Amino acid sequence: MPSHPVLLPPRHYLNDGFGVKSWLLTRDHKRIALLYLAAVTVFFFIGGAFAVLIRLELATPAGDLVTDDTYNKLFTMHGVMLVFFFLIPGIPAVLGNFLVPLMIGAKDLAFPKINLASWYIFVIGGTFTMYAVVTGGLDTGWTFYTPFSTMSSTSAVVPAAIGIFITGFSSILTGLNFIVTIHRMRAPGLTWFRLPLFIWSHYAASLIMVLGTPVVAVTIVLVAADRIFSFGIFDPNRGGDPVLFQHLFWFYSHPAVYIMILPAMGVISELVAAFCRKQIFGYTFVAFASLGIAVLGFLVWGHHMFVAGQSVYAALIFSFLSFLVAIPSAVKVFNWTATMYKGSISWDTPMLYAIGFIGLFTVGGLTGLFLAAVGLDVHVTDTYFIVAHFHYIMVGGTIMAYLGGLHYWWPKISGRMYNELAAKVGAVIIFFGFNLTFFPQFILGYLGMPRRYHAYPPEFQVLNVLSSAGASILGVGYLIPMVYLAWSLRYGKIVGANPWGAVGLEWTTTSPPPTENFAEAPVVTWDAYDYPTQVEGHVV
Amino acid sequence: MSDTTAEAGRRPRPALAHHFDDLAQQKDAATLGMWVFLATEVLFFGGLFAAYSVYRGWYPEAFGAASHSLDITLGAVNTAVLITSSLTMALAVHAAETGERRLLVLFLVATMALGAVFLGIKAVEYAAKFAEHHVPGPSFHFEEEALSRNAQIFFSLYFVMTGLHALHMVIGLGIMTWMLVWAWNGTITKEYASPIEISGLYWHFVDIVWIFLFPLLYLIGRHA
Repeated sequence: MPSHPVLLPPRHYLNDGFGVKSWLLTRDHKRIALLYLAAVTVFFFIGGAFAVLIRLELATPAGDLVTDDTYNKLFTMHGVMLVFFFLIPGIPAVLGNFLVPLMIGAKDLAFPKINLASWYIFVIGGTFTMYAVVTGGLDTGWTFYTPFSTMSSTSAVVPAAIGIFITGFSSILTGLNFIVTIHRMRAPGLTWFRLPLFIWSHYAASLIMVLGTPVVAVTIVLVAADRIFSFGIFDPNRGGDPVLFQHLFWFYSHPAVYIMILPAMGVISELVAAFCRKQIFGYTFVAFASLGIAVLGFLVWGHHMFVAGQSVYAALIFSFLSFLVAIPSAVKVFNWTATMYKGSISWDTPMLYAIGFIGLFTVGGLTGLFLAAVGLDVHVTDTYFIVAHFHYIMVGGTIMAYLGGLHYWWPKISGRMYNELAAKVGAVIIFFGFNLTFFPQFILGYLGMPRRYHAYPPEFQVLNVLSSAGASILGVGYLIPMVYLAWSLRYGKIVGANPWGAVGLEWTTTSPPPTENFAEAPVVTWDAYDYPTQVEGHVV
Repeated sequence: MSDTTAEAGRRPRPALAHHFDDLAQQKDAATLGMWVFLATEVLFFGGLFAAYSVYRGWYPEAFGAASHSLDITLGAVNTAVLITSSLTMALAVHAAETGERRLLVLFLVATMALGAVFLGIKAVEYAAKFAEHHVPGPSFHFEEEALSRNAQIFFSLYFVMTGLHALHMVIGLGIMTWMLVWAWNGTITKEYASPIEISGLYWHFVDIVWIFLFPLLYLIGRHA
């Protein structure tokens, strides 16, 4: 192996203290990000294992692999694990934690101890929920609908609910930390409209974490009170209203989708700018689109309840407001596309994920418009069409962006580069595996196959086998990055501060950065994505 | 990072945390942090107020009858106690900012004492509700049979809302104990009064929640 001229910096956050204690008691946002990376990776593969079992069961029409009760628990735990313990914390707590201070030129988040506490709260909540899995499982679906969850279910509702309640606080504290940090700790000269769009989207997502999460927390308290003390808040026998639960639940859980997708959009803005070497087209529009999505996101929860006895007028208004979300979402997609137009595009792995995201998010977003239309939604409610739609957003959107971001900032995090060929192969496998898994589900749902059943009529088998085959490809795809990223930690090529030639404060410090992030405090006198105007007629 | 545990212990309070430029920035960040947290709290109680509004709109008679079974005198006394504790808290913040340590300690103790009185009275009220079988569940009994079913909804909300409020009071007392130690050992100075100020924000917030709870739970239909 030829000797590289580039060496790791002598002092960086990874060699500033060794041993378990230096990690578990750290207040360095970069180390806490890595603690989160480890935790969410564990939960990702646990949640993924449940998905494998679901797809195995659905490979044949008969319910032959697991019992119907077990199947209920499988899809519930799949949803609970991946929604609450991977998708919601994933990008903010890992990439956001690592990058928010670096991108704004701060030494750390505003409240480092609270940041560490949020990780412990997260792990305790996750452990509680895992305990629920081990002791009987949970069969309510990740939505905990009443009165089944409060009165009928015999599974471990309370431990699981407490686990999610606890984890909510880690989300609130992360959001609070980001909001205060972005307001109060920006480097001199770094005005709001010089901020990277990653920061804008994390700010918008933080608003939802802070304002939405407490509502689901108190809703869980009410469910627990009904179950533990036989209170009757959602008990129809005493005049309680189960639909009120749905209102309170979706008031958080619809915006929660934007906690998952907004940070992902921030990642994509960074990737598109860096690999097209251009200022993001319509920067201000993209920035305000994040806030627009956050605000509108709070006003559309009723579209989950079109068949739940909501009044026609309420349904119409929620339908109209849901359509409005398409506007800021489309602004982003169009502006990324316009940024790519005549850009100097390089096809590195992160850009493959970014392009995958744009395509899959578009499919997920447009099918969302189907569901915002009351009439069509009634037809496909509780079918695989819904399942396919939200997996295009959550898996095709959020996980693609998460992986893209992880690859893009991997050299910053570790100081080393992964194997580009393996990474490209992995990205392509994931993209094809994903589409093979979930595209057939659109058709299945439109033909009327309901979700949450472990058996189905034989005529649906071909599409289900395709989906299960795709899931196995996708599963292998997700293991590939695990292998080469772990390998690169020791054997990867050492790269300098800025392997991509990107702009942005995080690339001005060493890779890995020192504990205090910057050798000297940066002063910003330029706009975000200040790439040099290109020659040869490609004028930006 | 090497400076975390070992150095933080040795560092004399009030230290400027390593990642802030100056005390002003640190104070700004901490204050904003508490305001953001209070926004979270508003939404936390907001879910309960939403549920309350729905059910009160549906079951006005049952809510009125159940509300009349609460002890309005104890509720009113508790309201006065809490408002007074907000006054002593505000005086504590003033004493911290002017650097009067003895006054600060005095007012913190007064605030804590009033908070404890509130919780004591609340416990007396809860005991009465248990004795009257007004706790929702299998042993629930309400004097007006016709309203009994829906009255359980009122009492469910009563216990959840006042229970979570009381939990916030207990946490508040914990914070005040911590502040008392800091006031006693001289950590709080004229220059570093922001912990008292921020704890005060929390205390006032918990008071304000009660200001809403009292009329909503105790005063339904009293004007008639």
